[in-house]
Amino acid sequence: MGQALVIKDYAFVGLFFVFGIAFVASAFIVSWLLRPRAPNPVKTSAYECGEVLKGCARVQFNVSYYLVALLFVIFDIEVLFLVPWAVVFREMGIVSYIEMMIFIAILIFGLIYAWKRGVFEWQ
Amino acid sequence: MLMMLIAGIAVLAFISASAMFLIWWERKVSAHIQSRFGPMRVGWHGVLQPIADAVKLLLKEDIRPAEADKLVWWLAPFFAVVPPVMAFAAIPFGKSLIPKDLNVGILYIMAISSVCVIGIFMAGWGSNNKYSLLGGMRSAAQIVSYEIPMILSMITVVMHANSLSMQKIVEAQSRHWNILHPNMLLAALVYTIAATAEVNRAPFDIPEAESELVAGFHTEYSGMKFAMFFIGEYTNLFIIAAISTTLFFGGWHGPFLPPVVWFLSKTYLCIFIWMWVRWTFPRARVDQLMAFAWKVLTPIAFVNLAITGWLLLK
Repeated sequence: MGQALVIKDYAFVGLFFVFGIAFVASAFIVSWLLRPRAPNPVKTSAYECGEVLKGCARVQFNVSYYLVALLFVIFDIEVLFLVPWAVVFREMGIVSYIEMMIFIAILIFGLIYAWKRGVFEWQ
Repeated sequence: MLMMLIAGIAVLAFISASAMFLIWWERKVSAHIQSRFGPMRVGWHGVLQPIADAVKLLLKEDIRPAEADKLVWWLAPFFAVVPPVMAFAAIPFGKSLIPKDLNVGILYIMAISSVCVIGIFMAGWGSNNKYSLLGGMRSAAQIVSYEIPMILSMITVVMHANSLSMQKIVEAQSRHWNILHPNMLLAALVYTIAATAEVNRAPFDIPEAESELVAGFHTEYSGMKFAMFFIGEYTNLFIIAAISTTLFFGGWHGPFLPPVVWFLSKTYLCIFIWMWVRWTFPRARVDQLMAFAWKVLTPIAFVNLAITGWLLLK
């Protein structure tokens, strides 16, 4: 496959990006032309089941979310390495298979460590 | 160039029609599961209900919360709709009926559909509302956790097909569907569960749990912006069903009928199963969901990947 052909493929992706934005934008523009406007302070306050707002919305959140995000970053990169390997591993034979299994095992070890440290036990 | 424009417009028309149909269908399925009728007044058995809803949402006042982070709040609906629209660029509807058969098709879809989580988190953060923020946080944690087993089960299929191109994956199933291999069945099961979490449907709908978070990340959205989240959600549902059809159920392969009919009927059957699940199972807790993703699904997906590799090399 030539270089030019690949670029043409991604021109298509770019076109879908533009079409997606145009789709949302045109819906917004049509509704902007048609809709009524009558804001008042009660209407524009944040919804809290009809009560008067209490404190800021940006509250402290559970640290477990952060730990999950860290784990995700590690495993997502691992998965990304697996993709090219999965395409060619039959030609590369048993050696590449064993190497990849060692790579996975190292990360599984990390998962077991996180498990034992209670990352998945939320309080 | 003209072909590109026609394909783009056809896809947008299809997305709008499909989202409208799915909204009506979901309401009908949920109603009949709960021994109700659902929408009945607008048109035959309420088929025109989505059009009435669209007109209503178009004419609704757009209420912007005073404390909202304006730019983030305003951009979030774009992030909810544009990625699923872009994912359509590599969905194979038929033998030559694919917008573009990218040579890294499945990787492209994996990448583009994981952008949705940013939109959901932007909506949650930008609204400056406690419910929305909680919904956004939960959603981000849930979607990223279930993405790992989902992609691992997709990789199992890539190992079988020896290619990332969507058309080659379909062609590799011309003799028998992937689902007929025992280890592919396991991959399909992992994919189905993880994909349910990816689109925030029950039993994994904690991000928008109505009874505790009043719709979570889109509490503060009204009018057309709310409608965009809805269209995004149902387009995503179509995308995950189309991917499972392509990866596990032979894509457009099938006897007698034209390929596109086979593809669409398999896809809508998958969607029906997701609807059935949604209206049958209760909602799980957030810590249960996290534990399930990391302690059960991810190890199963890894073991399945290792076994598949071993069987293919032998």
